[in-house]
Amino acid sequence: MANKRVVVDPITRIEGHLRIEVEVDENNVIQNAYSTSTLWRGLETIVKNRDPRDAGFLMQRICGVCTFSHYRAGIEAVEDALGIVPPLNAKLTRSLMNMALFMHDHVVHFYHLHGLDWVDVVSALDADPAKASKEAFKYAELPIATGENDLKKVKKRVKEFVDKGQLGPFANAYWGHKTYRLTPEQNLILLSHYLKALEVQRDLAKLMAMFGGKQPHPQSLTVGGVTCVMDLLDPSRMGEYLTLFKVGVEFIENAYQADVVMAAKMYKDEPSVTEQAGVMNFMAHKEMQLNRTEFLFDTGIIENGDLSKVFDINEDLITEEATHSWYADNEALHPYNGKTNPNYTGFKDMDTVGPDGKMIHSKVIDEKGKYSWIKSPRYDGKPMEVGPLAAILISYAKGNEKIVPLVDDFLTRTGLPKAALFTTLGRTAARMIQARAIAKHGLEAFHTLIENLKVDQDTYASYKIDKDKEYRGRFIGDVPRGMLSHWIRIKNGVVENYQAVVPSTWNAGPIDSLGQIGPYEANLVGLKVQDLSQPLEIIRVIHSFDPCIACAVHVMDKKGNDLGTYKVDPIYGLSC
Amino acid sequence: MQEQRLYEKLTKRLSDLEKLPRLKEEKSIERHLEEKGVSRRDFMKWATAITAMLALPGSFTPLVAKAAKLSDRLPIIWLHMAECTGCSESLLRTDAPTIDSLIFDYISLEYHETLMAAAGWQAEGNLENAIETYKGQYILMVEGGIPSGNSAHYLTIGGHGHTGEYSAKKASKNAAAIFAIGTCSSYGGVQAAIPNPTGAVSLSKVTDKPVINVPGCPPSEKNIVGTLLHYILYGTLPALDAYNRPKWAYANRVHDLCERRGHFDAGEFVEEFGDEGAKKGYCLYKVGCKGPYTFNNCSKNKFNSHMSWPIQAGHGCIGCSEPDFWDTMGPFEEPVANRLYNTVFEGLGADSTADKIGVGLLTVTGIGIAAHAAISKFKNPKDGEE
Repeated sequence: MANKRVVVDPITRIEGHLRIEVEVDENNVIQNAYSTSTLWRGLETIVKNRDPRDAGFLMQRICGVCTFSHYRAGIEAVEDALGIVPPLNAKLTRSLMNMALFMHDHVVHFYHLHGLDWVDVVSALDADPAKASKEAFKYAELPIATGENDLKKVKKRVKEFVDKGQLGPFANAYWGHKTYRLTPEQNLILLSHYLKALEVQRDLAKLMAMFGGKQPHPQSLTVGGVTCVMDLLDPSRMGEYLTLFKVGVEFIENAYQADVVMAAKMYKDEPSVTEQAGVMNFMAHKEMQLNRTEFLFDTGIIENGDLSKVFDINEDLITEEATHSWYADNEALHPYNGKTNPNYTGFKDMDTVGPDGKMIHSKVIDEKGKYSWIKSPRYDGKPMEVGPLAAILISYAKGNEKIVPLVDDFLTRTGLPKAALFTTLGRTAARMIQARAIAKHGLEAFHTLIENLKVDQDTYASYKIDKDKEYRGRFIGDVPRGMLSHWIRIKNGVVENYQAVVPSTWNAGPIDSLGQIGPYEANLVGLKVQDLSQPLEIIRVIHSFDPCIACAVHVMDKKGNDLGTYKVDPIYGLSC
Repeated sequence: MQEQRLYEKLTKRLSDLEKLPRLKEEKSIERHLEEKGVSRRDFMKWATAITAMLALPGSFTPLVAKAAKLSDRLPIIWLHMAECTGCSESLLRTDAPTIDSLIFDYISLEYHETLMAAAGWQAEGNLENAIETYKGQYILMVEGGIPSGNSAHYLTIGGHGHTGEYSAKKASKNAAAIFAIGTCSSYGGVQAAIPNPTGAVSLSKVTDKPVINVPGCPPSEKNIVGTLLHYILYGTLPALDAYNRPKWAYANRVHDLCERRGHFDAGEFVEEFGDEGAKKGYCLYKVGCKGPYTFNNCSKNKFNSHMSWPIQAGHGCIGCSEPDFWDTMGPFEEPVANRLYNTVFEGLGADSTADKIGVGLLTVTGIGIAAHAAISKFKNPKDGEE
């Protein structure tokens, strides 16, 4: 029997527009998987010929979820190009804002984006609140929002909601799917935390807005430093940071940590959770400055899942190619020289598995040709997985004293072997471990800042952009979804070329010229889907990466071309 | 007598509501709940308690029970076009009402890709179902610019590969009201900035129905939810300015109610980020603040539950709620009057009063403000070092 094609579009509960297609054999085992981004915006083209000081603001709009990451990257790439070293106060303030982002992003990801892949809301309506309340103590010493009365209220609220017949965002999901593994009581605990996390995320966003002016899209970074000097010199403001930071710590320690352990225990024999990472190469960059010299997470590369050796990163070996991406130039190029002229070839017609399991007419990608707006980044010609799992594995392998105990704690609490880290579950757990590391050690940056402010109140380093000089510089760091780099060339006082190589590109990119597949695709191959009309397993695996697709979509670089000379192709839009 | 009138009024309201179609989902939680046997008796007990709580006579209990079962939350369809999800994130920050209360008590979020549980065909089914079931009754909220014309296929959504333009048009057709959330949906946004490589346009360009613009990059949670609350509380649409923005939020310039306005009037300016003026909270005009040209209520409502706003954080306004601000307001850290201002509004720009176009030219005002800044600085004895 021929393979069947399954299309999942839109992949919801992510940032951006993502489509996944898979081919399954007669036993519903995935033989081939294709990851496709279906939106292209063109920001790297738009930033060209503009004032470099504006680059951070424009690139920030790549994403409103990781809303600090591209802002900082845009600002720091320019600082690197111009040779500016911002004052320590500015660096630590950026670090404090970044910590707020990480804690916010990871909490929202687990509860509101990934959560419903683990939690069967319908099952929670059967729970006994008294029993559930006791259950919560198995995973946390001081659990949050799981008192018997709390849980009764949650259950009542959801029941009343359901009674009205308007299910809103909960309508038509895969409730009752066979791969849900939590008991009704455990589902009720997580549902309560889903609601509590809606509150907590608002506080964690305030934590960033306090020095950022707003969130999303904070506005207090500038090339050379930060502008929120009044906030930094206001002790009551610093008190607010401490208070809201502790709201995050409390939730991460007593809800998030416990819930991930509970899920790990219950799901440890579910294949869509224990699926081994498809690409066993991991790469991460040091991040989260705590004082003058120390960072919380380490830099390096792990190859073939071997934790005994961590390699250094050689930036010259980073390339991007577009063999299967909707761009004209296929060759692998270093980001300083990236070319990205669009060449959209669209979909083809094919019958695929419909919502009721019967075959229906659909559009599918041409897997032999080009099929995504995302490019394929490679390191030394090899695909890499980036993200919190990479960051945690690399720090663990390097014996980082702040990270090792947290990883061991997770393994002890769950009784899982080290190998369980290299899985879909490991990816979800790594995010929680990263949040815990920040919760435990992040305030070191805060206290260093206070100490430094006693003797030094500088927040900004002056600079001049020489219009007769050419500059080039880059930012490399780790953001909530993994290793991010921005690469800028400045000429005649304006941006000449700009490329962003982002975490979701590394993970979501299509097949390369050597036939190597990236992490999303590799993680799906071999997975069995129980019910083709309800592909929950696919969504669970993909969500474990926390896709951020607006970030991942590469935008064109019209190197050497006059922007005014486009010809419009009547079928496929812009081309050269 | 009064009680009788109230009873009649409530009965009529309920019978009107009853006529609204209900969602029919084969796998709904509701069906599941019935199967699990949540008893009618428990439900009526609850209704009695609520009736007492509302200080209504016992005879109202059946009405209360009926009310609880009716679809009385406002159906919302939220579409994502070419965007960064910042507007959705901003919505999530709402605290009055809180986001959970908004979703559970006020609106029925029928389609929202970042929040909905369903995916793939089932997600698309929700959209089609909502458009059909709530024909003429739902609010359409759209986030993102829309790739159009020959580049419309630069955004496709769903198994049939429909363009964003197609989905936005289709959903617009039967909406009771349409809100363009954010600068991208209102005016095209960042992807529509020069040279607009994807042909991105505003929502109003792809539908012939009236669109209420709620710009900002992103708009504050207050402005998104406030626009919605206006409809929920008053049952009408808000008064609009020349750019179809609700006047309650966009009638004043950021400059008008700015906390640093006193320093502007006193001629006290930040000359460079990080200087003494910055530490004292002086006016940010000379480091590029676009507050005088930007119509928004940031200086009053701020962001993130009134936590802060850019000017409080020491950075000038970048004008993010004005049309084409990416092309007209940059460089963001230089005053407008420092450069030759070739306005794309052709004089009909951001510096007109909110509801009456053409009062002042942006350029002239820009120069006026710069002159004011220069003169007051010269006259200011506190500015000793220069």
